[in-house]
Amino acid sequence: MRGVRTRWFLLGGLLLALLLAGIVSNLASSSPDGLDAVSRQGCEYSRGRITGGECIARSGREHEVGGPLAGYRIAGIDNPYLSTGLAGVVGVLLVFGTGTAVFRLARRDTATDRRHQPDPRNTG
Amino acid sequence: MLSALHIQNGIVNAPISLAYLGIAGVGFAIAIRQARHQLDERLAPMAGLVAAYVFAVQMLNFPVLPGVSGHLLGAALAALLVGPWVGALAVSIVLVVQALLFADGGVTAIGLNVANMALLSTAVAYGLIVVLLRLLPATRSGLAVTAFTAGLLSTVAAAFGFVLQYALGGVTQMPWEWVAGAMGGTHLLIGIGEGGITAVTVVAVARVRPDLVYALRHRTRRPVSATPRPAEVPV
Repeated sequence: MRGVRTRWFLLGGLLLALLLAGIVSNLASSSPDGLDAVSRQGCEYSRGRITGGECIARSGREHEVGGPLAGYRIAGIDNPYLSTGLAGVVGVLLVFGTGTAVFRLARRDTATDRRHQPDPRNTG
Repeated sequence: MLSALHIQNGIVNAPISLAYLGIAGVGFAIAIRQARHQLDERLAPMAGLVAAYVFAVQMLNFPVLPGVSGHLLGAALAALLVGPWVGALAVSIVLVVQALLFADGGVTAIGLNVANMALLSTAVAYGLIVVLLRLLPATRSGLAVTAFTAGLLSTVAAAFGFVLQYALGGVTQMPWEWVAGAMGGTHLLIGIGEGGITAVTVVAVARVRPDLVYALRHRTRRPVSATPRPAEVPV
């Protein structure tokens, strides 16, 4: 095994993700992106609302859930940098936790499967 | 920083959204079955990290045209680092968390989004990765070119995934040919960013721990020859 130990690699990667989501995210472009920009083409907007024209976004509806983290902001925190940064940190930890849990569960099942498989030494 | 290729609710009609939820569910189940056999002590923690990293980088919108931005989708990156099955699962987890907790992408559009950005995009990326790694020299540049191309074209593929969904069940009546042109053009530009970020990240990981790059496993697992020639060691 050359280079950095796995534990340090994972810790470093997670720290980088936290840094990107927590701090660098505040430098991100706030222009509508890809699909969003295409969806708006053909419509006139005033204060974020469609005032005329035909476009894909016309049929778009409010998000079904919303929630305290909606739009990568933490509801109740007014400072935009702090709000976005903290939402990013929460998101990275949530995704890391959910991902690790899902992949651990899938792995544990494999171990169980192997135990139930016939022992190749007994066949033949 | 909302959206990118994340479809909101109400853009594609209910029957098509539901059909895609079925497709995404079947795809997710197949990926879980396949991933089980691969999730060893190296891949399992890497997979959680890849999901977290993709979430973080998806927050970083970069400008592509005046008034238009884009961000990484992550399918090519995930396919390179943890393979197609685990990679598709990692991106799916990101998309579900975004839809349920960050109001990014409609809940009723989860199937549409998973199908485009996790399944279709990963499939296209991994197909390109397998072919290009075989054709290109086993060097750092070979890996970078592979990562860039897979990132670029998997982004365009995901965009056309949406075009198909809109053609099948778009609620508004924009001509699909126009949607195809607009989506293709914009995502070709976003794909350049995607390709760049994917190449930089994968090459960085390959420098530090090549054994943690799934796509290079067949190289790093090769038994060490009796007379090692460092100049020929890939990446």
